[in-house]
Amino acid sequence: MTEASTIAVGAETSAPAGHDEARSLTSDAWRSLKKNPIFWVSMALIVAFLLMAVWPSLFTNVDPAEAVLKQARERPSANAWFGRDIQGYDIYSRTIYGARASILVGVFASIATVLIGGAMGVIAGYYGGWLDAVVSRVTDIFFAIPLLLGGILFMATFPNDVDSPYLLVVGKVVLVLSIFGWPGLARLMRSSVLQVKPNDYVQAARALGATPWRIIRAHVLPNALAPMIVVATINLGVFISVEATLSFLGIGLTPPAISWGVAISDAIVALRTTPHILLFPSLFLSLAVLAFIMLGDAVRDAFDPKSR
Amino acid sequence: MTTSETMARESAKSSGQTYKPQDGLLLEVEDLHVEFHTPDGIARAINGVNFDLFEGQTLAILGESGSGKSVTAQAIMGILDMPPAVIPKGQIRYCGQDLLTMPDEQRRRTRGPEISMVFQDALSSLNPVFPVGWQIAEMFRVHRGMNKSDALERAVKLMQRVQIPAAKERVGAYPHQFSGGMRQRIMIAMAIALDPAVLIADEPTTALDVTVQAQIMALLQELQEERQMGLILITHDLGVVANVADKIAVMYAGRIVERADVYDLYRQPGHPYTKGLLESIPRLDQKGQQLAAIGGLPPNLMRIPEGCAFNPRCKFAQDVCREDRPALLEVAPGRESACHFAEEVLHG
Repeated sequence: MTEASTIAVGAETSAPAGHDEARSLTSDAWRSLKKNPIFWVSMALIVAFLLMAVWPSLFTNVDPAEAVLKQARERPSANAWFGRDIQGYDIYSRTIYGARASILVGVFASIATVLIGGAMGVIAGYYGGWLDAVVSRVTDIFFAIPLLLGGILFMATFPNDVDSPYLLVVGKVVLVLSIFGWPGLARLMRSSVLQVKPNDYVQAARALGATPWRIIRAHVLPNALAPMIVVATINLGVFISVEATLSFLGIGLTPPAISWGVAISDAIVALRTTPHILLFPSLFLSLAVLAFIMLGDAVRDAFDPKSR
Repeated sequence: MTTSETMARESAKSSGQTYKPQDGLLLEVEDLHVEFHTPDGIARAINGVNFDLFEGQTLAILGESGSGKSVTAQAIMGILDMPPAVIPKGQIRYCGQDLLTMPDEQRRRTRGPEISMVFQDALSSLNPVFPVGWQIAEMFRVHRGMNKSDALERAVKLMQRVQIPAAKERVGAYPHQFSGGMRQRIMIAMAIALDPAVLIADEPTTALDVTVQAQIMALLQELQEERQMGLILITHDLGVVANVADKIAVMYAGRIVERADVYDLYRQPGHPYTKGLLESIPRLDQKGQQLAAIGGLPPNLMRIPEGCAFNPRCKFAQDVCREDRPALLEVAPGRESACHFAEEVLHG
């Protein structure tokens, strides 16, 4: 005891002042995020896209619904920065205005699939037994339905009218993508929970009296989240492009809604002669996906103490 | 020191259910059975284990892999996964109350403040994503409702108590920044944070090198004496327990086959299995000779042999050993053995 207390006292007096601020996972993660240039680049891009989505008129004062058929397929010029598409719409303006639908679809479908898939995966992986069996089979059922078939069925059952409100049209697409997109994340989450659960620190938390909810929140989730973050951010891009596919088939967003997906599918017919029509919406789509993937990567790294 | 500690313990626990040991008796395990129901059949991991633990006592449970020592610990802690584990029979009484029939929530509240545990693999028993200080402080925040800064202050004190150098600076460090021995110290700090009356250490030094093992054992012993905890030390290493334990219970195939005071057992084993274990320790004065070993393998827990479970490997085995299972009986003052030929083993 005496020996121990001398060591302890020695350590206490030699400790430099001002280093005893409370440290936690989130504050440490934020500190390392702040130093990560990738985080700032991705945030700059995401903020730009969000601005486009909320106030497109900040970026352009050209009406995206104004078609000048005479100038259809015109190449980029000072007049129309990105040129004009097959219908004679201004591509720059369409791309800016298209951000709203694409970002809405991508972000909300990602959030919904993460919430549903994550919750299902945690329940199945942590509690196991019959709950796991039920959840896993339900997941399998949804896996068995092809996204496109499910999408066509859904959209045929609940078709859009011409005067359907904008948010309802987007909401339906988000709903379809979420319904058929969560099983993958549920499986991923289940397997990473199964990997984390037998670890001694989870057992130790139980042995030290933690409630199941606390064990899930503090011990299982933070250690099982990394693969989910990565896949969810990649999925965000996938959802934006699937929305394009659905739109291409006429069951996703329907004109007059403007989206990158719609623009891309419209441009494909003219790919050989006027590739710029395809180039710009694809470029924006790629940038948006890249921004979210970079953000996901930076966040995942920040929450992994070993990478700091 | 001791009186103030005890008073602190009483006042801290007055918030919820209070447990008071009678005549220093903390834990009674009576006729405990644990089975694992697997697709291949029923594995009987524990088949009637009995022991008592008193305040300030160190009980070592000794046995090879699969003898049921860790399962015993997990059954006492209530962290067995059920299913596949089933406890068909037995009682585990803490201060007179049966833990097995207690409501889940009440039992959970005993973990940490009453009964606590140190795990064998120090490298993996800390959560890798949180600073160690946060993890120790969590004990105070969750169980005692302390605010963050008070809890962190207590965490630093505890880290100093378990002799982590420069605790104040390292409170924000992550588990991977510590060595194995330091991590085990942190694990011990968490386990004793709420002043448990019973501490179970499940092979606390297995993952550590020999010099660190000795330090950790010394620390455990020091803390145990300081707080008068009942300590259950689970190990397969005879050398580790020699200096620390008061009593030793030797387990084989889910039963206690011998129980004795530590010095008696080392001097004169009363069961052929214990004898075999002691003979298989490498010794300096037998350099160059063949190391004695117990022939055969531990039994498959799904098919434990009739009679004495040790009979297929036993030098003393007779027909009676294959038919009749010997009970754990007193063979000399203060020592018990479950062997038909205990007298011969003891004196032969």
